[in-house]
Amino acid sequence: MEPRNFFSKRKIPLAWLLLTRQPLRILVAIAGIAFAGILMFMQLGFRDGLFDASVTVHKLFDADLVLISPRSKSSISMSGFPRRRLVQAMAHKDVTGTTAVNWNFLLWRNPENLSTRSILALGFEPSKPLLIDSNFERKAKTLKNKGRVLFDDLSRDEFGPISSWFKSGRVVETEVAGKRVRVSGIVSLGPSFGADGNLITSSETYLELSPGIPKGSIEIGLVRLEKGSDIEKVVRSLNISLPSDVKVMSLKSFIDFEKNYWKSSTSIGFIFTLGAAMGFIVGCVIVYQILYSDVSDHLPEYATLMAMGYNLRSLLGVVAREGFILSIMGYIPAYISGQALYALVRSSTKLPVEMSFSRASIIFCLILFMCMGSALAAMKKLADADPAEIF
Amino acid sequence: MKNINSNTLNISSLNHWYGSGEMRRHVLQSVSMEISPGEVVLLTGPSGCGKTTLLTLIGALRKVQDGEIKVFGKQLFGASRKTRQNLRKNIGMIFQGHNLLRCLTAEQNVQMGADLLTGFSYKARRAQSREWLRAVGLEDHLSKLPHDLSGGQKQRVAIARALAARPKLLLADEPTSALDSSTGREIVDLLKKLALEQSCSVLMVTHDPRILDVADRLLRMEDGQILPSV
Repeated sequence: MEPRNFFSKRKIPLAWLLLTRQPLRILVAIAGIAFAGILMFMQLGFRDGLFDASVTVHKLFDADLVLISPRSKSSISMSGFPRRRLVQAMAHKDVTGTTAVNWNFLLWRNPENLSTRSILALGFEPSKPLLIDSNFERKAKTLKNKGRVLFDDLSRDEFGPISSWFKSGRVVETEVAGKRVRVSGIVSLGPSFGADGNLITSSETYLELSPGIPKGSIEIGLVRLEKGSDIEKVVRSLNISLPSDVKVMSLKSFIDFEKNYWKSSTSIGFIFTLGAAMGFIVGCVIVYQILYSDVSDHLPEYATLMAMGYNLRSLLGVVAREGFILSIMGYIPAYISGQALYALVRSSTKLPVEMSFSRASIIFCLILFMCMGSALAAMKKLADADPAEIF
Repeated sequence: MKNINSNTLNISSLNHWYGSGEMRRHVLQSVSMEISPGEVVLLTGPSGCGKTTLLTLIGALRKVQDGEIKVFGKQLFGASRKTRQNLRKNIGMIFQGHNLLRCLTAEQNVQMGADLLTGFSYKARRAQSREWLRAVGLEDHLSKLPHDLSGGQKQRVAIARALAARPKLLLADEPTSALDSSTGREIVDLLKKLALEQSCSVLMVTHDPRILDVADRLLRMEDGQILPSV
């Protein structure tokens, strides 16, 4: 019974034919929608990519809790606190280990063209865990020699062809903050907003590279807990027991803290969301123009259909289907170009811009909304179709 | 005795005005007429005498202002939009311009008419559309767009489209005006033949004196009034 019912409902696909028999118009429409879609993909992709990039290193930390100074606002303005606080934290029964991390920007000299550039330097005790990476411990051992650094091969190219030189077996030596260092290994972290590149070194070398910092002062304290301990409970009890010159938070809230800084204290979120909104509006205007002129051009034909006995609702349905078809046909090229552009952005800026399912579906919804809204606006024109006028 | 309700069309003392105030024009003045099933009626008269207005009123495309129109026994005076819309499905219309859908092929245009029928599968409606095009002699032009058809061919498609919805009343407004005389003659003959096969009544407005002989009855209109038959 069902299939028969379907075939008795099936009609000439008028919306489809109206669109496809005017190849130029549909091409313009698809180009316009795809353009709007690409714009939205890029803007929202940049926005999310930049936010994600701001925590690439944070996410890799081998820690359950993080200690920072309450004066620290973000990864680009970290303040120091006494290293002793970590020792005090060890007193808590659930704490199994800690790592003191120095975190600041130093000047790196590109060994190829000798230009300098600011790089984020992390200093830590090489015998202690820092990153969740099975290979890292082996690399960290090389830092026990003085003047050795691990270079992040995802750093921007302006720092020099460090990883390719290193991998070809060459001894890579350069200057950091005016002092000679040798690259003893390659890690993969990724640049962020604040930092174009990263290097990791031992606390000893770090202090040598930045002699100005007070002894015993660190920027980040990593704390590891017994498996299965209640993280929030430990955070609360440590915040009470430790002096107020340090703030304890879970790794997750540390990541959110950093993301939040970029979201709320900078215009990045606003700028890129506005950019996406512009794309949306441009798309709306284009689709509306296309559908409106399509309805106007075919007004006598719509009137004829009404005279034949088609009701207004079925004609509105034709316009709505045109909008729907356009949204699908515009989304596909937008999605494909979005993927291609994301790959381009990843390779040229090294920002972690990925096509996430949620963004892909949000943009599909926006395009659908854009097309259906424009169709709805164009439908008003259908009211002008007066079948009495066509005689 | 003739039963009035079995008539396809009954009109009595129909009045219609355009405009308002000073500019108000009385375009139809107590028009009365009827058409019985299967009858072919021609309506002639100078332009501007109200023929087309009468046609649009019968076709349920305009609201009736005053008087009675009964199509298939249904009162149009005061009829709701929905009633008029449903009624239109049973009234075929052929226009002065062919008014085909430019983006559809001849076959698809005819099927737009057949699609108004309920209870047939897509295939059946498609087959009917082809049958109608064969009946109007266009079986070799099924997949041509209106753009590629001659004026006479387009008007044939329009006839096929109107008849594909199986109307019981066919309204035609100067269907031959855009055609040369021999094509016009052919079209009218075809229209009459096919309409009679469907026992469909026809009301045709025309200026064309060469086709008057197809009519069962001839009505003349002048200044919004139907003249007594001669």
